Parts: sequence; C-alpha cells; structure tokens
Amino acid sequence: MATALSIRGLRKTYGDVVAVDHLDLEVKTGECFGLLGPNGAGKTTTIEICEGLTDPDAGEVEVLGRRWNSHAQELRERLGVSLQETQLQEKLTVEETVRLFRSFYQKGRPVEEVIDAVQLTEKRRARVGQLSGGQRQRLALACALVGEPDLFFLDEPTTGLDPQSRRQLWELIAGFKAAGRTVVITTHYMDEAERLCDRVAIVDHGRVIALGSPRELIESMGAEHVVEFALAGDQQIEDETLRRLDGVLAVQREDGLIRLQAAEIHRVVPALLAELQRRGAMLAELRTHTATLEDLFVALTGRHLRDA
Amino acid sequence: MRSGAALVQLTLVRYREFRREPEAIFWVFVFPLLLASGLGIAFRNRPTEIVNVGVAAGRPGTEEVRAALAANHELIVEVLDDSAAARELRIGRLALVAVPEGPGRVTYRFDDTRPDARTARFLVDDALQRGAGRKDPVESHEDFVREPGSRYIDFVLPGLLGLNLMGSGMWGIGFSVVDARRKRLLKRFLATPMSKWEYLASFVVSRLTLLIIEVTLLVGFGILAFHVPLRGSLFALVLTCLLAALAFGGLGLLIAARPTTIEGASGLMNLVMMPQWIFSGVFFASNKFPAVAQPFIKALPLTAVVDAFRGIMLEGVGLLGLIPELTVIVVWAIVSFAVALRIFRWK
Repeated sequence: MATALSIRGLRKTYGDVVAVDHLDLEVKTGECFGLLGPNGAGKTTTIEICEGLTDPDAGEVEVLGRRWNSHAQELRERLGVSLQETQLQEKLTVEETVRLFRSFYQKGRPVEEVIDAVQLTEKRRARVGQLSGGQRQRLALACALVGEPDLFFLDEPTTGLDPQSRRQLWELIAGFKAAGRTVVITTHYMDEAERLCDRVAIVDHGRVIALGSPRELIESMGAEHVVEFALAGDQQIEDETLRRLDGVLAVQREDGLIRLQAAEIHRVVPALLAELQRRGAMLAELRTHTATLEDLFVALTGRHLRDA
Repeated sequence: MRSGAALVQLTLVRYREFRREPEAIFWVFVFPLLLASGLGIAFRNRPTEIVNVGVAAGRPGTEEVRAALAANHELIVEVLDDSAAARELRIGRLALVAVPEGPGRVTYRFDDTRPDARTARFLVDDALQRGAGRKDPVESHEDFVREPGSRYIDFVLPGLLGLNLMGSGMWGIGFSVVDARRKRLLKRFLATPMSKWEYLASFVVSRLTLLIIEVTLLVGFGILAFHVPLRGSLFALVLTCLLAALAFGGLGLLIAARPTTIEGASGLMNLVMMPQWIFSGVFFASNKFPAVAQPFIKALPLTAVVDAFRGIMLEGVGLLGLIPELTVIVVWAIVSFAVALRIFRWK
C-alpha cells in the first residue's frame, strides 16, 4: 500500500525543551492514523511540521511523496488542515467562511455541498460568533474539506466538546476515511483513538512508545482486563501478595486505588475475594473493565493520558 | 476558481468585518464630522461685538458724556449711580464706567486685564474726543476682509482629514491583522494555498475604497456646512489621499507585523500616533514649536499629509508645489511596507 506520510528521525527543540525526539512514523494511504498522547507529548509540533507550519531541526518528512522545501504550494493544495485553537472570524457567516476558504484552492467542492456534509445547512447564514463549540469544530472541518484534500491533518478536533458533539465529529471523520482519504488525527482521548483509528502511535516526551492497531496494542499488554479495587478503612495489602494471586499479571497503585491487570477476569476476581476474606479485609469499591489504550498508557508510563 | 478569487473574497471579508462593527463606522465616519462641527461652531468668527458701558449719574457733564457715547453704535450706554456702577463692573456686565469730573475731564473706571474692557476704553475715548471736536490728522478708511479660508474651521478641517486617514489606516489594518494572529487565523491561512500578497492586498484595496467614502463625507461636509474652500485641484486632493492611505496603511502593517496581543499593538499604535497628534499641526500650527524641532516635525507623515491638504484646499497649490510633502509621504509608504513584509510574523 502506498505511503501518505513518512517521518524519519524528526527532531524539534524549543530552547531547552525537546518537543520531538527522533520520531519515526509511516502512514499508509487511506488509513486513519492516530497520534495519541498527553498534552505536551509533541503531537502538535509533529503535526505542524507535517503541515509545513513549523520547520524541524532535523529529520525528514515526506507528505504524499513530496517535501515541503520543494513542493510547498502543491502540498498546500492537497492538504486539509484543522489546527488546535483556531478561532474563525466571528463576524462572518458560516457560508462566507467556507466560501473564503474555497477561494484559496484551485480545485475543490461546492460550498453548499461541504456545508451540507458537516450538517450546518440550517446555520449557513448564522454568524460564526453565534455557533456552539461543536458547530464551530464542524465548520473548521468544512474549511479543511472544501479544497477536496487527499490528506487530512486534524489536531485535537474534539477537545472540549460535549459527548454528543464529539460523536457527530467522529461520524464526519469516519466519513472522510470511508471516502478513501487519509486522515492523521491527534488526540488525548483514548476512546476517540480506539473508535476512529486503524492504527495508533502512542507518543510520550516526543517519542513513539507504542505503535499498532488499537486491538494489537491492548493485546500486547497481555492483559485484556483491568480489575480496580480499594479497601475500606486503613487496611493494607502488599503488592507481593496480589502478584501471587491466580491470573494477576501486574499491579499498580494510584490514589488509594489498586489496579490489577489480568488476562482472565474469571480467575482473578474469585482469587482476590478469597484472599480478602481470609484477611478479614473489606472492599470499599470494586470494578472491572476491558483494557483500553488508557490502561496501556498507564502500564507504559505510570501516568494517565489526561494529566501526564 | 483562483486567480483573483481569493483577493475578491478576502476584500469582501474586510468590508463585512467593518460593516458589522457599528463602533468602527461611528469612529471612522461619524466622529470626524461631529468633531469638525464642534470645532467649527466653537471657533466661528463672531459679528462685531457690542460693548456695554456706564456713565456715573449726578455729575457735572453726565448728560453730555452719555449723549457723546450714545452716538457710537458699537456702544450701549446707561447712566447709573456709584454703587450700582461698582457692582455691574464687578460682575462684568459693564466693561467700563465713565466718571465725568467737570468740564473737559473724565475718568475711565475698568479692569485693564480684560480685553473687552480695553476695547471699551478705546471706543469710549474715541467717541468722547470726537464729540468734543477732535480732528484726526490722518484720514483713514476701513475695508473688511471676511473671506472663507482664514477661519479656524478652514485650518482645522484639512487637519482632521489627515488625522482620520491616519487613524482609520493604522487601526483598520493593524487591529485586524493582530486579531487574526492572536486567534491563530493567520496560521490557519498559512496552511492553505492562499497567497500572502493577496491577504495583505485585500487590506490595501478595502482601505482605498473606504477612503473614498471617508474623504467625500468629511470634505463634502466642510464645503456644504462651513463653506470651507477647495481652491486646488480635486485630482491633487485624491492623489494625496491615496498616497496618505498607503503610507498610514504601511505604518499600520508595520506595527502589526509582530505583536501577538491587541494590548501590545495598542501600545505601539499610541507610540506612533501620539507624537503626530501633538506635533503635526492638526489643531494648531506646527511652526509654533522651536526651530530645532522643525526638521523632525516636517518628516512626520501626518505633518506632510496635513500640510499638503492645507496647501491644496486653502492655497490652491498645484502638484508641483506639493513635491516636498508628497515625497515624504511616498518614502514612508515604501519604507514601512518593505520593512513590514520583511519582519511579518504569520504564526
């Protein structure tokens, strides 16, 4: 399969801060690729280098088989971009905004069609200032869509939105992929990556620390389930004891909560309950869930995506 | 699409942004008219003033003095006793009280620090001396000159026109650009194939067209409401306006080239505009400043613009006579645009 984006040895520093540290990536044509990581992991710097907005200190970037220093104008014609925190002009209407962006491109889709595609037809005469957060993000996607790009770069398209707006955006992005476009998306929401992406690169401190499909990544932990519990009162239980329990693969502690990684939940839970009963310890809470990319991130870094 | 389409759309955006900002319309179009009216009315030339004077009652010669003064139409005379006279003088209703002191003698009681009182003294004295039969050795005549062109409104209107072009040019471009940078809109545009010159040209095109309305309104208002003269050619006026708009637009762009906050841009804006408000001779002649400062003052763009407007409107100076001023304006336009484009920050 052809390569839409290829990054080798990418490095970018801002003063003493290393934002991107020898990062390598390949994105295939037609796939939806996610850069998942906490704030400050280097996702935005990476994607802005790919968009031609930031110059790297070292490394090679090929977008659609072209390089920025030789084919900048052609690349801008073929990319659809949504930046983090762009505020479109509030005094313009939806239609005027899309028409403006359409005028920048040689070829593209009709303005009405694009507005319809992002479900803003009813709002097309409304000023941008009157739109909700979700509507603004959909307008931002319309601006990315109107040049009929081969490759989309979407930087945190759903950050700060309510659940319903996020689902609407996911449908739209899934639609881009269904239409055969390549999508590169950054996010710090593991559910977004799991839902949308064919493959995910987990990024931390400017490096790729894990790469694969969401399923593969979760399976790579060897633990498809997570059991979380807390003990009542000030009762204690040692990691060593827990690790010896039948089926427990790893133990982590966080804010009084103990997390057990497990391949088979039906072995771990009875063993845990038996051990607690033997000690006369009481549970304050107990829950289990299927492992997520979030759990993988915690397992890899000991930190959460949200607050790392 | 393309080839000029973006310039058209970007220019339309400029108009829409402006039209949908009622405050901008007020400050650009309405405020200068209000200011011109206010100044025109406050400093209008008044008709010859009538002066109120008194004559002390119950003195020898009171009636003769009163009759002599009443013969002068610029004086209104009343006869009143000493205490009333003192009070009226104190409150300023009377400019002067003449106190007859026997045949051929009179004392003028007035406040010599008041201009109208001193005028009254000369008028009263002149009337009394003439009434007593004075013959002037020199025969004099009067020929009044009350032409438009020498009044304060004539002086200040070209100044306001220059001031308005400076304000709208610098704010109109500077504010929009910095706001777009602050909102990361410039960065978003940079990620499209939009050409940078089309973005910047949209400001120039929209400024030049809005300029026509601005200038027509203010100059038209001056001519119709105050009969301010336009003695030079309309072509010279239009050309000067265009060059002035380019110079101030360039300065606006230069100021907006780097700042990422409106506050930062406002500070720079004031730094650049304040000296021109004061030194460029908008409200009073700039030659009142010391001679050493004159080369600096002459080099300010607003000085050149205002001087050129006054030359065209009040003195009918032709384009050749405006070469020094127009040169200053063009140099500002070229230098500011060139530097602005070099240091412009899109992100």
